[in-house]
Amino acid sequence: MNKFFTLAFLLLATIGANAQDDLMKELEKNQKPETNYVSQTFRGTRIINGQSVETKGKGELEFIFSHRFGRINTGAYNLFGLDGNDGINVRLGLEYGISDRLSVAIGRSSVFKDYDAYFRYKLVNQSSGTKNFPVTITAIATVVYRGFPNAADASQASIPLPSTGDRMGYVVEVPIARKFSSKFSAQVTPVFVHRNAVDKNYENNDDYAVGVAARYKVTRSLSLIGEYYSRMNAHANTPYYNSAGLGFDIETGGHVFQVVFTNSLGLNSRTVITETGGDLNKGDVRFGFNITRTFQLTKRKQ
Amino acid sequence: MRICLLFVVGIVFSVDAVAQKFTAEKTYVKFFSDAAIEDITAENTKASSIYNEATGDVVFSVPIKEFEFEKSLMKEHFNEKYMESEQYPKATFQGKISGYQSATSGEQKATATGKMTIHGVDQNVTLNGSMENVKGAPKMKAKFMIKLADYKIKIPQLLWKNIAEEVEVTVEFNFKPL
Repeated sequence: MNKFFTLAFLLLATIGANAQDDLMKELEKNQKPETNYVSQTFRGTRIINGQSVETKGKGELEFIFSHRFGRINTGAYNLFGLDGNDGINVRLGLEYGISDRLSVAIGRSSVFKDYDAYFRYKLVNQSSGTKNFPVTITAIATVVYRGFPNAADASQASIPLPSTGDRMGYVVEVPIARKFSSKFSAQVTPVFVHRNAVDKNYENNDDYAVGVAARYKVTRSLSLIGEYYSRMNAHANTPYYNSAGLGFDIETGGHVFQVVFTNSLGLNSRTVITETGGDLNKGDVRFGFNITRTFQLTKRKQ
Repeated sequence: MRICLLFVVGIVFSVDAVAQKFTAEKTYVKFFSDAAIEDITAENTKASSIYNEATGDVVFSVPIKEFEFEKSLMKEHFNEKYMESEQYPKATFQGKISGYQSATSGEQKATATGKMTIHGVDQNVTLNGSMENVKGAPKMKAKFMIKLADYKIKIPQLLWKNIAEEVEVTVEFNFKPL
């Protein structure tokens, strides 16, 4: 009896003397499996000129100020394009997060006095764990209204004044991105552009393009970024080129600074994809930057 | 008969041993960073814990991604730049609690000594707090400071950055029998 008792007691004692490590294992075992959603695939809603999969958080208002200078190959006399002799472009934009998935935005570019408005909706978020999905997919629909020319401009240039319909362009983009690691993300973007009025001698009403983009994080705050849009059905006589860009982004607090080099002057999807005029073979590269500042308008509480 | 008795005793004992273990029912972890430009507060209710009252052993696990901030960007930066939560998804503490008598009623001072792991860095710490026996299960409360440098959490060197070098952590755990 005594022996049995001792044995039983010993057994119970071992169970009782659970080491903390075992307790931790027990804790982990009891935890429900979770889904980890990937965030910050890219730093901002733009990679260089084009859109990324990123959406704004609920209640966030982002102010985007984008600037493209003149061509660097205009030489030292023009301070490598900073004087803007062959055109500069400034876009002021606002983007607001209605929910963590849905954002709306408006913007205006100085070139062609383009007004653009778009909404973006995150269809799926890359995740691991209980719900595994390899990529993040966002759909973006943009409307561009071309403000140029007004009646005075038209009569001066002796061109007919376009109707409202003729000024319109539409873009649908579906960026698909994967964050491969905390350092490296890549994106593929099918794009469809429709323009109501084009010169059929060298342009299409409907254009298809595929964009590729990537970012590599060098330090916590600095990333290298690159982007290229290939037009699938460019007109045989097209005077335009595929848009390409390289740059880096620096992120500090609520700001993202993107310093870019690109052959595009445009700052909305319509002009970037279908109206890029810079010939890379001639070194038609422009310096530019995008600066974003994010404001939280509504407080997040659980 | 003897064996039978032993079984009964054994079962009674093991039931007793099980009943001495508690798991966190309601958890609350908050941190507060008091800085010149901007105070930052984040709250987390997704932590978990097991406490063995018989031995005093206790473990806590706090999922970093579950900290909720006032601003979405703060949460993103917290995870991406400071805590690197993809690499270090959890902060944990494992140690022993002393000074708590479950038989005594009312709030009592208690001390937890053990290993705190944050951002993949282990530190031996002693945390002072209080405990109370609420309807047979303990309730724990503590408030302590965490120095970011101790856990190799890098603060940007720019002066105008709004992050304090030390953050105040408040924890409250209500337990139930496991």
